[in-house]
This record gives sequence, C-alpha cells and structure tokens, in this order.
Amino acid sequence: MAYLDVSDVTLTFKGIAALMGVSFTVEQGTIASLIGPNGAGKTSMLNCISGRYTPDGGASGPCKITLDDECLLSLPAHKRTELGLSRTFQNIALFKGLSVLDNLMVGRHSQIEYGLLASVFYWGKAVRTENKHRRRVEDVIDFLNLSPYRHQHAGRLPYGVQKRVELGRALAAEPKLILLDEPMAGMNLEETEDMARYILDIAEEWGVTVLLVEHDMGVVMDISDKVVVLDFGSKLAEGTPDEVQADKNVIAAYLGTEEATFTGR
Amino acid sequence: MLGKCGLFFTSYRGEAQVFQSCFQKLMVGLLILALLAAPFALNVYMTSVMNLIFIAVIGAVSLNLLTGVCGQISLGHGAFIGVGAYVAGQCTLHGVPFLLAILAAGLITAMVGMVFGVPSLRLKGIYLAIATLAAQLVLEYVFLHGGELTGGSNGLLLEPPNILGFSFDSEARMYFLLFFFAAAALLVVSNIMRTKYGRAFISIRDFYLSAEIVGVNLFWYKLVAFGVSSFMAGVAGGLWAHYTGYISGEQFNIGLSISYLAMIIIGGMGSVIGSVFGAIFVVLLPEVLNMLANGLGGFFPDISHYLVALREGVFGMVLILFLVFEPEGLAHRWRLIKAYWKLYPFAH
Repeated sequence: MAYLDVSDVTLTFKGIAALMGVSFTVEQGTIASLIGPNGAGKTSMLNCISGRYTPDGGASGPCKITLDDECLLSLPAHKRTELGLSRTFQNIALFKGLSVLDNLMVGRHSQIEYGLLASVFYWGKAVRTENKHRRRVEDVIDFLNLSPYRHQHAGRLPYGVQKRVELGRALAAEPKLILLDEPMAGMNLEETEDMARYILDIAEEWGVTVLLVEHDMGVVMDISDKVVVLDFGSKLAEGTPDEVQADKNVIAAYLGTEEATFTGR
Repeated sequence: MLGKCGLFFTSYRGEAQVFQSCFQKLMVGLLILALLAAPFALNVYMTSVMNLIFIAVIGAVSLNLLTGVCGQISLGHGAFIGVGAYVAGQCTLHGVPFLLAILAAGLITAMVGMVFGVPSLRLKGIYLAIATLAAQLVLEYVFLHGGELTGGSNGLLLEPPNILGFSFDSEARMYFLLFFFAAAALLVVSNIMRTKYGRAFISIRDFYLSAEIVGVNLFWYKLVAFGVSSFMAGVAGGLWAHYTGYISGEQFNIGLSISYLAMIIIGGMGSVIGSVFGAIFVVLLPEVLNMLANGLGGFFPDISHYLVALREGVFGMVLILFLVFEPEGLAHRWRLIKAYWKLYPFAH
C-alpha cells in the first residue's frame, strides 16, 4: 500500500460538492503536487487530510485516507501530528504574539511531555525537556536560516520570512508527511527559488514526504515526482510532470478547448 | 556586568530566565528587600492599601492568564473570587487549617471555573463574554440565596488567618502573608508563560486553527486555562475573605469582574508585569481621588462630595483614555521607558 493513500474522498457542503470521489497515492520520500484551477478543491483536499474538514461518511466504512497504513480519519485534528502529519497554510497562520523560536517550539507541542505541575514550578524535568527540544528547534532554525529572527515577534517579520517560519513550524514537529499549501504564493523570484530548494532538501535530506499545492507551474513541474490535477472537485489526471503536461484533459482545463463546452456544474 | 553592550548566553537555560541580566536581578532583589522592609516604615493605612494591591495582583494576573494570554474573555472573574472566599471561609469556620482552606478554595474554584469554561469550546469573543456573564449572575444568586452555606445577605464573619498558632491579626502581619502569595502567583504565571502550557495558550489566542494542526487540544487547553486562572482567583478570594474578616455576596458583583478586566487592560493584556501595574493603578485610583478631595477640602469645602460622586466617572474616563492612547497598557510604556534609559544619554 502506498504511503499516503487517498481513496474515493467526497466532500460536500449542503449540496455543493467540493470533492467528488478523488483518489490518489503518494509514495514515501517523494514530492507530490496537487494542482488545478482556482476552486478545484486543492485546499479542501489538504483540509480533509489534516482534519479541518471531515469527508462525507467520515471514519465509517473502509478508511478513505491512510498514512503509513494508519487511518487518519478516525483521529481528531490535534492527534494527527502524532502520526507524523504537519502542514502550512495558504494565508500565513503564525502565532503573531510569539517569537519565531516559540512558534517553532509550539510546532513540537505534541512531543513535549511534562505535566502542568512541572510547568508551574519549572522543575528539573520541565527544564531538561525544554532544553532538549530547544536543541532540535535550533536545527530547524539553522536549516531555514532563521537565526537572525530567532527572538523577534513573528507578526513583525517580512512576508517571505513569515512563510519560512511557517515552514519551520511544520518541520519542527519532525513530520513524516508535510502538506504545503501554496508556499510560494506572493513571493519574488529569489524567495521562490530558496523555497523550492528548501522543499527539495526536506524531501531528500530529512526524508519527509511532501504534498504540495502550488500555482507556480514552473516550480511544480521542476521539483515534483508526481502531479495530481484536480478540476471542479474531481481528479483529471495523475502522473509524472511530463505525462500530466501532455494530458488532453489537463490542457483543456487550463487552456480551454477548440469547441469549448462548460464542464462544470 | 553593567558594561556589556548586550546579553550573551551560552546555555538555553540562561536564555529562559525570567530576569536575564545581572542588573535586573539586582534591581528585583532590592525591590523585594524594600517591599519586605516597607511595613516597618509605612503607617497602618498605607499598609492596608498595599495589602489590597497584593490581593488585586493575584486576581489580575490570574485573569490575565485566561483573557490576556489564552484569549478567553471572562466576565465572571469576580464571582470566581467570591467562590474562593466562601469556600475558604466555610473551611476555616469548620476548623480546617488556614493553608488547607486556601488550597480547597483554589481547587473548588478551579472546578467551578472549568464547568463555566465548557462553553468556550464553541463560543468566542463577545459570545463567550455573555456566557461567562451568566456564570457571574448565577453565582451571585447562589451567594445571596445559599442559606447556611453562604450566610445569605448576612454574609460570613471570619477570624484572621492562623498558621500553626501564629495569628495574622494585624495589617503588618497580613502584609507578609499576602506578599508571599502575590509573589508566588507572579512566579507561577511567569513559569507557565515560558513553558509548553503558556505557548499553547498563546497559540490558541493568536490562531486557533493552526494551534489545532500543530497538536494543541483546543478544548483541553482552554479548560486548563480556566482551571488555573480560577484556582488563583479562588486563592485570592480566600485571602481576601480572611483579610477583611467579613464576606457578603455584594462584594463579588459584576463591578468587581469589570474592575479586574480594567486592571488587565490598563496594565497590558498578556503581560505579567502589566497585571501588577494594572492592579496598582486600579487600587490606587480611588485612594488618590480621596487624598485629592481631602487635600483640596481646605480650599473648596464641598469638593469631597463631587469627587466621590465622580469616582466611577473618572474610572470610566481613565479606561477610555487608556484604550485610545495606550492600547497595549502600562506594560508597553514600561518597555519604552526601559529602552530609553538603556541607551541614555544616547539616542541610538
């Protein structure tokens, strides 16, 4: 079975279908991209995986979304990090009142284990655990070149850096699968190239599987091992970047056809 | 020590200290010494004002943890303090030692707070404010109609606190007891703020959607925030009850809740030192107005009438002025002053 296995996921909001029977797989250690025109259901798909939305039918029946053979749908969103899932958001969703360092420390939240009393008295165990996790967080800070911003409030940083901090927060959890929702949105060429390099390194050096939603086709086709195309909530194509680029349906969805017919609902 | 141009840490532990520089430690040490010496220098009236400030500090810092740090607004804090007062009062009336009574007050108030915190899972902002307002009104009703348990409108009469035979029966003796509890409350909240729980609280306040994604159990942490905050409110209530020696339901009305909210707004939301500033400010304001009235009484014989009547109005106006000109509270002003003197006499 594939590492991330999404099978027959349907998501409706009172009669409006955001996703209709979408299935795809992602292999371990690879970079997969989810593309499609606006409103195709890409972010809805990420939300189903991360737990913000529950697909129709929920956890009943055969499991629709499995990560490493474990069913994700039977867990609430905050438990899914423990299975190695982590994500970033399309619009920056940082904790503005916390420093960059603390944002990353929150990213490790589910792995930091001590009780309320240890926290209240700041006892030996709390101190030791904090320092241990701080060391791991510093690795992420080094990797993403965030050290100049370590103690600054996240809300005051430039946009590109905030995007990087958000990636850092997702990485700090030491995930096995990371969902990136438009990490390059609104970035200039240089920042986009940096981000693409980070994503490649995450997959190759850290061994993290990446599922990417992105509109920058140049980046998507360059770094992806696999591309899944969505349109109006259903899957149009799945394959390597070359296969997808040659696919007639995909070309029709992006560029239109000679005899254009309205395929949506 | 004072000559360094910045702080340089070689351990993570050093960086996580509450007071980081030697200068800060020195100043805090001197402040504590001064505070310990204060009751010997102050008269009874001044000591009693200090005592009220200490109690307000505990209440304010606990509300700040819930509202300023975790973002869950509460209009029922005054009633939670009342629950602590009644529980501690009933305990000591039934012969439970004072410290155990305070602990019981904290624990039971924490439970009550958590029950009334349950709606916070679904309700946010103004809606949660209304839900906690309901808590305030329900508890006020219980205080007045609790029969034997609360003494109804007669209230309860209490003895001064007694620890191992030592009775805290004067203002100066109470001063040391309350000082200890206030300092402990500040330390507890500072510790929570620099560990996992504090970060989780802030993450809920700032962006609850991504807090859930990084693994924060929203419901549980909101309940913990209500629990810890109410625990400290209960302790403050128990201390207050034994300090004044008399409790009645009217003390813990909505006005008290609002004055605690005023403290954290004036002091600075989400800031420990801000809670202290806010508590000092709100406790001192009426005292200063009284002093003004007395001082000016010689020139304007009737002024005390007007100033006392104006008290509520002045309080409201101060609150509005703070919201307009100092929305981040006195804690922000304090940071600016510190930053200014750090570089004095140079501008940059």
